[in-house]
Amino acid sequence: MDEVLSVAQLGKSYGTTRAVDSISFRVHPREIVGLLGPNGAGKTTTINMLLGVLEPDSGSIEVDGISLSEGRSRSMSRTNFAATYAPLPGNLTVVENLRVFGLLYGVGDLSGTIDRLVEQFDLKAFCNTKCGALSSGEQARAALAKAMLNSPRLLLLDEPTASLDPAVAREIRIIIRSFAAAGTGGVLWTSHNMYEVTDVCDRVLFMSHGKILLEGNPRTLPAVHGKDSLEDLFVAVAREPLSLREGGA
Amino acid sequence: MSFNRVSAIVLRQYYLLRGSPARVLPLFIWVMIDIVLWGFMTRYLAGVTPSGLKLLPALLGAVVMWDFFIRIMQGVTMPFFEDVWSRNFLNFFASPLTVADYLAGLVLVSILTSAIGVVVMFLLAGVVFGLSFAVYGFMFFPFILCLFLFGISFGIFACAIMLRFGPAAEWLIWPIPAMIAPFVGVFYPLKVLPAWMQSVGALLPPSYIFEGMRTILSGGVIAPADLFKGGLLTLVYLAAACALFFRTYRHALRTGLIARYSAENLG
Repeated sequence: MDEVLSVAQLGKSYGTTRAVDSISFRVHPREIVGLLGPNGAGKTTTINMLLGVLEPDSGSIEVDGISLSEGRSRSMSRTNFAATYAPLPGNLTVVENLRVFGLLYGVGDLSGTIDRLVEQFDLKAFCNTKCGALSSGEQARAALAKAMLNSPRLLLLDEPTASLDPAVAREIRIIIRSFAAAGTGGVLWTSHNMYEVTDVCDRVLFMSHGKILLEGNPRTLPAVHGKDSLEDLFVAVAREPLSLREGGA
Repeated sequence: MSFNRVSAIVLRQYYLLRGSPARVLPLFIWVMIDIVLWGFMTRYLAGVTPSGLKLLPALLGAVVMWDFFIRIMQGVTMPFFEDVWSRNFLNFFASPLTVADYLAGLVLVSILTSAIGVVVMFLLAGVVFGLSFAVYGFMFFPFILCLFLFGISFGIFACAIMLRFGPAAEWLIWPIPAMIAPFVGVFYPLKVLPAWMQSVGALLPPSYIFEGMRTILSGGVIAPADLFKGGLLTLVYLAAACALFFRTYRHALRTGLIARYSAENLG
């Protein structure tokens, strides 16, 4: 059992709309996988299913070998996430939030872990500041500190650098890369910033209309499909997904 | 169920209360106002009505018991509202937290926060107005237990409604105690109600409590069957409320409502 995440034939429909259509993929330890695609491609639906807040119609999800449907709590204790649309509650301070979520995730030596994360994410000056009073960059760092509380085997990041200035975004990328390189966890990352994806991800999955169309190394995949850059490939996936599938990898 | 995860729910409320007089004051201010208002009303009525009516325990005692129910119910709904207002469902339910952990946390928060209001209420009613619950004897304990469980049930029921219909449903929750009160005979015997209201009242456990309180005050003995019915109904409400919450949570998982809660309804 090598994978930190194993997804098989995962499907979800909303009424007659097939949001995610029988997708399968894996994430390995120390790997950063980019989940890419245009708006409405099914990325966030996929992430929500991986987070256990959306029930799939079909298929299976295993985190660290534990089935999400059969052992939700155990599976989620090995997962964590950060997303710009799910900030930490703004009416608690950084440390209060970390304590609450540390208990939820069953973190041992919680005080020591919080001290280490506060140091690592440069949050010392904001320990007793309410999260709602932090800037976007500081909130993103606080959310990432929460996401690292349980040293997750699977780290899900849904556009973690959206709305951040380039300096903070770079800082976040460095942190994520060092997380993947140092530990035994894997990362699934969604982003619309193709330069960032090229820089950070080991492998990308392109989604369109609920399916995974392409998969490969973000640095070599564009050339395989006759494109100059990952951004060109992204635009092609968004505009002409069928031609790409036919042209296939 | 995990002790740590339940503690997390309680700790979050402690942090919120610790730094917020706006959250602490409502824990006892409204019950204080109620007790003062009804305490003086009872004193006045006692002076102008024939002696023999035990107005103090009949009116002020009933107010205390009804406020106890309201505090318990709101003790469950308030921490839930906090998660609604801070859009925290995704953070919570995408963690190892289970529904049972969450509900247990809400109930524990209710017990702890209600205790503050209840102590203030009992002290004020006892010290200032001389109300003693000793008049109900041993029956006071089943009465309180029944109202406690009924408050928990309606708190959980209210949370399920909020989860299903979104943040705007908050305005359906606040009036619930006021909507129930006329049917359960807080201040008057059920027999003064029209038949259809009596039928509704017979399905609500507090009816048996308030009827029982009046029976004791008039020197009668509570029929064991009525006490049993009240207790049984309370357990039915509790089980139904928990089942409704679990069912609503499953629905929210199927539709994706937890992830997009502010959208209110996703089908």
